[in-house]
Amino acid sequence: MSTAAQIRVKTRKTTGKAPRKPWTASQIVLTLLGAAVSAVFLAPLAWALFTSLKSETEAVEVPTHWLPKDWTTQAWSAIFETGNITNWFVNSLVVSVCVTAVVLSVSALAGYGFARTEFRGKNALLGLVMTGLMVSPAVLGVPLFTTVQQMGMVDTYWGMILPQCAPAAMVYILYKFFQGIPRELEEAAFIDGAGRWRVFFTIVLPLSRPSLAAVGIFTFIASWNNFLWPYMVTNNPDLMTMPNGIATVMNSYGIQWAQLMAGGLMAGLPLIIVFVFFQRQIVTGIAHTGLAGQ
Amino acid sequence: MTATSAQTVIAPTRARTAAAGATVRRRQGFQHGAWFVAPFLVLFALFVIWPLLRGLYLSFTDANISGDATSFIGLDNYREALDDPLVWESLGHSAYFTLLVVPCITVLAFLLAMLAHHIERVTWLWRLCFFAPFLLPSTVAANLWQWLFNPGTGMINHVFGIETAWLTDKSYAMLAVVVCTLWWTVGFSFLLYLAALQGIPAHLYEAAKLDGANAWHRMVHITLPMLRNITGLVVALQILASLQVFDQAVVMMDFLPGPEGSTRTFVQYTLEEGFTSYRVGYASAISIIFFVIIAAVALARMWLLRNREEGGR
Repeated sequence: MSTAAQIRVKTRKTTGKAPRKPWTASQIVLTLLGAAVSAVFLAPLAWALFTSLKSETEAVEVPTHWLPKDWTTQAWSAIFETGNITNWFVNSLVVSVCVTAVVLSVSALAGYGFARTEFRGKNALLGLVMTGLMVSPAVLGVPLFTTVQQMGMVDTYWGMILPQCAPAAMVYILYKFFQGIPRELEEAAFIDGAGRWRVFFTIVLPLSRPSLAAVGIFTFIASWNNFLWPYMVTNNPDLMTMPNGIATVMNSYGIQWAQLMAGGLMAGLPLIIVFVFFQRQIVTGIAHTGLAGQ
Repeated sequence: MTATSAQTVIAPTRARTAAAGATVRRRQGFQHGAWFVAPFLVLFALFVIWPLLRGLYLSFTDANISGDATSFIGLDNYREALDDPLVWESLGHSAYFTLLVVPCITVLAFLLAMLAHHIERVTWLWRLCFFAPFLLPSTVAANLWQWLFNPGTGMINHVFGIETAWLTDKSYAMLAVVVCTLWWTVGFSFLLYLAALQGIPAHLYEAAKLDGANAWHRMVHITLPMLRNITGLVVALQILASLQVFDQAVVMMDFLPGPEGSTRTFVQYTLEEGFTSYRVGYASAISIIFFVIIAAVALARMWLLRNREEGGR
């Protein structure tokens, strides 16, 4: 019974086209329900899209209406012409890519170090990292800012990037995951004369690809969407990231709703595209890291 | 070193050599292990531990934003904070927000995950729909809902045929922030639930079906118990995130504390004191108070979890 089901799942994955199950009454009800809930969920986004295709005067017309009477891409071209939006987009990209790369490297190493090696003071340090789970720019923003200020990193890329690069949560997730890898795999390699580093790079890392993907994607999302820290650390519109630029600069001109909605959609679009392509890896990645089954 | 070799010379028993071997291995481990964690620890020390210690130090001073001309004033900041009505008020707003958001998100995420898990067609589409809001920056979500809640030109009042002044009436302002947050963040917990649902072994359901359990029984006796851990995680993550709410509230209220200060959250108050009033020492003191509260919540959770695990065994 279960093997038959497994085989069916496998063929579906490999061929791409499933031998479709017939519609049952409960499936029809569930699908309709899913469609209705999705419609509610997407309605705000749809409204943002329609607003962005209205003229500024039509956007604030009372009573309001869903579809533009005159479809215009005026707001979209305006954000490219007048705003710094391409600048912010590049800044967001630089910051998020750097943060993700650094976080992935240091937290994979640290997670493995804590899970599988012995050194003096390990447990104390692990306890310290647990403390870090409770500290964020939201909790200790002001002292963190003065620290970064002391280092002379206010209004620099470094100041935006580095403080986001020590997420205890990611170390903890990977630590939990590495603990679950069977020791036998490593021991066989040790007997063959491989050192710690070799084992880490040739055995452990390839095994952890799904977990690393999940950690990487969530780090990227968090960093791309991070508002609070860049808001504190930079006032320079040339250095702002998308969420900041949109929230602070676009609002400060007096809100132009059609432009604001166009800019917002621009900020969200890259991640939505990433998610469309990686959503299966993300879900299996969560299952793999043991986050879900903890 | 000398002691060990002397002992080994005097009594070279097998046990002692084994012990010496273990020491050597541990020493090697020390080097390697330390190198693995070192890069993270450097960043962690600079941007987490040092600010924490620095904040603790500053909280006993009257530091301003540039950090100069400070003098040590002992516990004065803390004394002032305990008497400051805005500390309690903003803490209350964060707590109120948390109390509203956490149960709603947990239930909503669970229901959405059940729905997405059980629909067999176009699975990617449901995932995308429910997760998509989370992919927007918080500021964009906040602007969008600010626009939706706008009394005259917004869609909410239009669709429901009401005339509520969502963003300017102090009894509705925080509710508006809550609604925005639910829509924006439920996707994350939804994905955690979805992954957990997929991790429940199918044979449990098959066995239950053979025993004649109906859908309700399977839900109560298999699904819910198997999801207990993930529910604990979702609740804990949501409590910690909700207590730290900032982005949505400030952006929806145009960077002001909302009608009669009704959406001023604790983080917002800290930043106001630090960056608007330039009272870094005082802001550090209330940050430390906030850190202690967060730590207490996290420790309480760990303690509850441990007790339950022991009880379970």
